[in-house]
Amino acid sequence: MRNTILEVRDLRTKYITRFREDIYAVDGVSLKIEEGKSLGVAGESGCGKSTLALSLMGYYFPPLHYTSGDIIVNGRNITALDPDTTRKNVLGKEVAYIPQAAMNALNPTRRIIKFIQDVIKAHIPEMSKQEVRELATERFRILGLPEKVLDQYAVELSGGMKQRTVIAISTILSPKVLIADEPSSALDVTSQKMVIKMLRDLMEKGYIKSMIFITHELPLLYNVTDDIMVMYAGQIVERGSAKDMVFDPKHPYSKGLMGSIIVPEPGTRELELVAIPGTPPNLKNPPKGCRFAPRCKYAEDECLLHEIKMKTFGEGREYRCKFSIDYLTEKYNNGKS
Amino acid sequence: MANHRKSCLSGKGVTKVFGLGLKKTVAVNHVDFDFLEGDFVSIVGESGSGKTTLAKMLLGLLPETEGEIFFQGSLRNIRGRENKKKYWKEIQAIFQDPFSSYNLFQKIDSVLLDCIRMRGGARLPYTNKIEMITEACSFVNLKFEELTNKYPFELSGGQMQRLMIARIFLLKPKILLADEPTSMIDACSRATILDMLMNLRNENGMTIIFITHDIGLAYYISDDVYIMEHGNIVEHGKAEDVILNPKDEYTKRLISDVPKIHEVWDLSTVG
Repeated sequence: MRNTILEVRDLRTKYITRFREDIYAVDGVSLKIEEGKSLGVAGESGCGKSTLALSLMGYYFPPLHYTSGDIIVNGRNITALDPDTTRKNVLGKEVAYIPQAAMNALNPTRRIIKFIQDVIKAHIPEMSKQEVRELATERFRILGLPEKVLDQYAVELSGGMKQRTVIAISTILSPKVLIADEPSSALDVTSQKMVIKMLRDLMEKGYIKSMIFITHELPLLYNVTDDIMVMYAGQIVERGSAKDMVFDPKHPYSKGLMGSIIVPEPGTRELELVAIPGTPPNLKNPPKGCRFAPRCKYAEDECLLHEIKMKTFGEGREYRCKFSIDYLTEKYNNGKS
Repeated sequence: MANHRKSCLSGKGVTKVFGLGLKKTVAVNHVDFDFLEGDFVSIVGESGSGKTTLAKMLLGLLPETEGEIFFQGSLRNIRGRENKKKYWKEIQAIFQDPFSSYNLFQKIDSVLLDCIRMRGGARLPYTNKIEMITEACSFVNLKFEELTNKYPFELSGGQMQRLMIARIFLLKPKILLADEPTSMIDACSRATILDMLMNLRNENGMTIIFITHDIGLAYYISDDVYIMEHGNIVEHGKAEDVILNPKDEYTKRLISDVPKIHEVWDLSTVG
């Protein structure tokens, strides 16, 4: 059996607005990633995907606050640590994070090697500059980045190269978990492919043990990750292996998401794109009961009454809907004919 | 069937050169194109392939260094303010970033009222104008009652982009130039935007020029596809032909770079 790298139990985190309102953007998320596996998180904008990524680091700064739940990285519960220890011993070393616009984070007045020296100085102060350079050169070579990048400035690099450099910097300490929040959505398709290749390489060569990949591009998730989890309004609504999720989604929301896939393959032109009507709910006061019910085609009055628990079916698959699998399948098939 | 349709916008040897001497950059290199009336045309290419420069020339925002652009069969004349204004009544654009395409200090009402004024409806009674605006908003699934007296920045990205389409609906230009209108919004609202563009085309017979780097989108939506590489048009034709049987190496690479769901994505080709 593979050992579990990251386990999250019932995590809840909230934003406190300046009007003292609590907004639970991550509301009871549980997940588990084994060594060498990757997990994809999908959902619309405003579903709490990025907040989940921030919360998983275990380091919170206002307006984001921790409420309850456990994050266990490699057997250690990081929510129990005090913030300073988390920053020094967890961030970068165990959990690394690539934010959405990572490539804009590079200071244009410093050479790339400087950023790597900064990272090492904060975590392994005894390492000399020479050793840092050797480590960086070695890592860049293995990941297929030219060595001369180390002595260049960020402005001299193209978007795709900057993004890959940032990934290389953030994984220089070989973290256990890498959280990549839309690492490729600002790039064109060719650079996107290079970024993905690099993430794959990192996994294969064992520099990172597991990865969480957040994006709204479903074809990308299907090609990159082992499992896919769909989030809606701060909760997980469905989870399963990548293949099952793309070809056989069960929850009406996942079904809607998968309906918006456009790929350049024969048959795409005949598809009818069905957008999900409406927008995600305001999490200040989320709908009681099923959160997707106000936008759901199949919703009944009863959906709005009780909160719905995750139900397990098949191998490693879960979904959050009042209706049974058979009922939903029948509905989908009727809709087609 | 295309024979009886008139050409709407065409170009011969259109070139744009930036800089002089050693610093010379040829952004668009002698491209020929012919967009027919009522067609949905896509221009596809990587970043830096000259798509946006071409778009700016089509809009008349940049003068072309060489070559001629024909509008409805005759040479385009955009010399002087009056001619330019007349031309812009016929061609309108939607840009990539909805957040920076609005005036921050202008309310949504006046954004839309301006459109009616530009179509020569300045002297219409106010109730008529509101009716027209409400119709335009409902065309893009927005409710005018919820938008009135708001500023554009209070909307989400998808809503802003839809409001842009509502503007186009009121203006009814002959040509709509959409420069990556869906790249800043998520996959789910993308379907809605594409749907609305299709409706615009079907209802008003508009010619839509769609600029994108996503070849999947281009395939899904367009009649004709032009593929651009380093300022040259390397391939063009019907969407089915170009995307399903690409002839040019560059097109093949672009297609192989897009993640797919029915085939294995080959990552080994990355250079």
